[in-house]
Amino acid sequence: MIFTTTLLTSCVKLLLVPAYRSTDFEVHRNWLAITHSLPINKWYFESTSQWTLDYPPLFAWFEYLLSFVAALFDKKMLNVNHINYSSDETVLFQRLSVIFTDLVYTIGVYKCCAALQKSWRKDVVLPILLITNCGLIMVDHIHFQYNGIMYGILLISISYILQGKHLKAAFWFTILLNMKHIYLYLAPAYFIYLLRHYCIKGPLTFKNVVSRNTFKTFSLLGSVVISVFLATYLPFMDHIPQVLSRLFPFKRGLCHAYWAPNVWAIYNTADKIGFFIASRSGIHFGNKSTASMTGGLVQEFSHSFLPNIPPMVTMLLTILCMIPAMVKLFFLNKQATNFIRCMVVCGLTSFLFGWHVHEKAILMPIIPLSILSIMETTDARMFLLLSTVGHYSLFPLLYPLSLLSVKVLLLLLYSVYAFHSLYKMYPLSICSYTLPLLSPLESIYVLGLGAIFLYENVIHHLLGLHSQLPFLPLMITSVYCAIGIIYSWVSYYIYFLKYNGVHVRTKSNKMNKVE
Amino acid sequence: MNCKISCETWLVIFGTLLAILLRCCTSLHPYSGEATPPMYGDYEAQRHWMEVTTNLPTNQWYVNTSDNDLNYWGLDYPPMTAYHMYLCGRAANLINENFTKLHDSRGYESDTHKVFMRYTVLIGDVFLFIPAIILYYQTTVKIGKTQDNEIKKKKQKSSKTLNEIKPMNASLSIVLALLYPGIILIDHGHFQYNCISLAFAIFATTLRVYLSLGKVLFWGILRLMKIGTTVIVMFMIIWYPFTFDLDDFELVLLRQFPIARGVFEDKVANIWCALNVVFKFKTTLDNYQMMRICLFTTLSALFPSSVDLFLRPNLRKFVLSLINSSLAFFLFSFQVHEKTILLVAIPVLIISIEHAYRSSLNTQDGLAEYYRSLLATLLDIEYKKATQLDILKMTYQQVIKNSDALKTLIFHFAIPPTRYPDLYPLLISVYACVHFVGFFVYFNVKQLRIPQQFEDIKNVKVKSS
Repeated sequence: MIFTTTLLTSCVKLLLVPAYRSTDFEVHRNWLAITHSLPINKWYFESTSQWTLDYPPLFAWFEYLLSFVAALFDKKMLNVNHINYSSDETVLFQRLSVIFTDLVYTIGVYKCCAALQKSWRKDVVLPILLITNCGLIMVDHIHFQYNGIMYGILLISISYILQGKHLKAAFWFTILLNMKHIYLYLAPAYFIYLLRHYCIKGPLTFKNVVSRNTFKTFSLLGSVVISVFLATYLPFMDHIPQVLSRLFPFKRGLCHAYWAPNVWAIYNTADKIGFFIASRSGIHFGNKSTASMTGGLVQEFSHSFLPNIPPMVTMLLTILCMIPAMVKLFFLNKQATNFIRCMVVCGLTSFLFGWHVHEKAILMPIIPLSILSIMETTDARMFLLLSTVGHYSLFPLLYPLSLLSVKVLLLLLYSVYAFHSLYKMYPLSICSYTLPLLSPLESIYVLGLGAIFLYENVIHHLLGLHSQLPFLPLMITSVYCAIGIIYSWVSYYIYFLKYNGVHVRTKSNKMNKVE
Repeated sequence: MNCKISCETWLVIFGTLLAILLRCCTSLHPYSGEATPPMYGDYEAQRHWMEVTTNLPTNQWYVNTSDNDLNYWGLDYPPMTAYHMYLCGRAANLINENFTKLHDSRGYESDTHKVFMRYTVLIGDVFLFIPAIILYYQTTVKIGKTQDNEIKKKKQKSSKTLNEIKPMNASLSIVLALLYPGIILIDHGHFQYNCISLAFAIFATTLRVYLSLGKVLFWGILRLMKIGTTVIVMFMIIWYPFTFDLDDFELVLLRQFPIARGVFEDKVANIWCALNVVFKFKTTLDNYQMMRICLFTTLSALFPSSVDLFLRPNLRKFVLSLINSSLAFFLFSFQVHEKTILLVAIPVLIISIEHAYRSSLNTQDGLAEYYRSLLATLLDIEYKKATQLDILKMTYQQVIKNSDALKTLIFHFAIPPTRYPDLYPLLISVYACVHFVGFFVYFNVKQLRIPQQFEDIKNVKVKSS
């Protein structure tokens, strides 16, 4: 099943080779050029192109390896001065590199499925849900990025947690952190879980916590993590501050070019509306810029009505919101599913409150959640809601008209399959006129996405507003999606805090028996 | 609400969605003749027809005037296509006047225009071709069921001996037919409107099947007259605007049967192109001689299957003779385009479902029958391979024409000798041609060997008594 699905999905991906690609394509081409043509100590100093290397060293090494294959296709793409170079060979190579590195993702899926108990759920449904994930296809194979390999490594790490091989899990997660540091948001879950269930063994007594064994395992874990970090950062030892300044560019704005559907999108909208009302009633705000916050490039901006948000605030908010989940995870039992649940909460929290969040970060909770979706009804329900809304919120990334039908069909196929297969798994419908597993209100909300889509693509143009308010549909999309994602965050958080492994399990068993 | 939808229906839904997705993805690729002035390709031909039909009065569509240069992609399809192009042209005009401006819009290319053109094909495909395929299979399954029931009644045996019809087979066939890559590549990649004409062909076949389902007896001459009048009336309605002037009419006809273009253009997998390796038809014979040879060979190749169909009419024979006649035309006729193989492939797709059904029946009738059906299935698979091969060839040509990147990839490993630049396409077409001749013989034999069915004999008796 895994093999067939991968093959067929790869065929679709191959067909997408000539599709529209975002500036990320040029970003990665530039990184190929930097790593191939410059000595190591200049990688993080090079700034001919505006797209400087801002991923951790291991990803730079990855690009370095790729560049040797790239040389077989077209040597010209490996020149730092060839900005915006995109010959047919370059496009083909870059697209193929994403398709082939997706094999790591397939390996991750395979390992996860193998680590679970044997059943048709995990043999058929889970591989299809994971491999055909339409968000990944949209972000990686149209928009262009290398998320497939990253999530592959994350899945490998999760599979080791499922098997109880904690050191290996920690090792792979550290590798992932060195590939892309955005996964730092998931680190608290790893830290707490490994601390509680790997380092401290047995019940939480003083004797157990402060013991030789704890110290031993903790130092073992630490040495694994630190040695991976050392190995990747060693060649850059003499200019670590420069590397870090590239990795954490707080000079970028609070939101990405298209607002990711999080708390700040709603905050920005409130600011806009407040400003609008205030200026209508004759109050002025000095010289504050009223420039659009949804311009093309990543840019700085300031709020006009509400106070500005410094990066520190977002960080504090994120950490504060994560703390209850951490405490809960610390006191929960050893089941690996609890860890994955906590991971989902972490991913969602950071997506909602993080600084300069990109839309694609929504995949961070969706992909672990798809593993959980085949385990419990509530997880499945949240997965359906979150994946539909989250994948819909990726639509603005693929704005060209030619992709309109492609993105709609991708989402439709994936969501229809998800609803269909999960409904077969948990055949309890709340009400006969709702979408399977969802409550009436949630069903209306999900179907409302269709209305939003219709407004964005048809009604807005018919009303003739596209020249006056070109960003209105984008704003409506991100606010509408933000509502859904915040709702799922709140309800999933509550579910996680109330969760008590044993109880819910028997309950669901009873429900199944009733059926 | 979901529980009412059966598993088979879900399969069809997913298959249809996937088929549309593949069509959309293919449409992102370059079309034939993209950015290659002065003549461009089929894409420009269709756009030019939109320009001509929307700007000129009907009686000038097929006539060479100062406004309509027939040497530049002149209209050479029958009037229905022209009407279709007129409709598309009006739509284009609504979106952007520059799309169809007379003279000025020649070679017009833009991203919006590409999207518009692609969507016109997609709409035709989604609203005509896909429903036609689904409808056809639904009807045949119905027939299969009624036939099955009758056999059951007659044999008076327990249901053990007969397999129940599996709707799953029908759904699978629908999905396979919808995913048939030939249509997707030619219509949505290369750019053409074959799906629309093929959809009409399938609708016609469905109707034929459906009528026989209603057990309409043969009404002899009356019925023939009815069909005849329908055909003639349809022709008259469609050709009406062009029949005022006899000269015009002749011009229109001449446009549609171009003898000046030679017996073949590109490397096609038919007899003439294959034999051309040994005997140079193109240089030794002139076009009129060649045309007569083609006419004669095609008619004689058609003869066995048509005569058989005429003398012993039967539903299965009808579909098989569709295959045979289209194969005959593809192999022997004058000026064949590669895409004509689609005309062959569609009846084969159509028959595949019936075939699966028959073979499941045959297993019950003893080992010999089983063996035969197995052989037939094997040959079928072989056939599919060959069509795949042809598709491969199509993609290959697409590659040659459009994408330099893939071309270099292929030629990286195999550089053709400089003396024969067309070597590979030629080899592929000769290889495919040998296969097609094999299938032509196979399907002919198959059609001739179908025994007269009991019901048909009964009908004949009713008529004669």
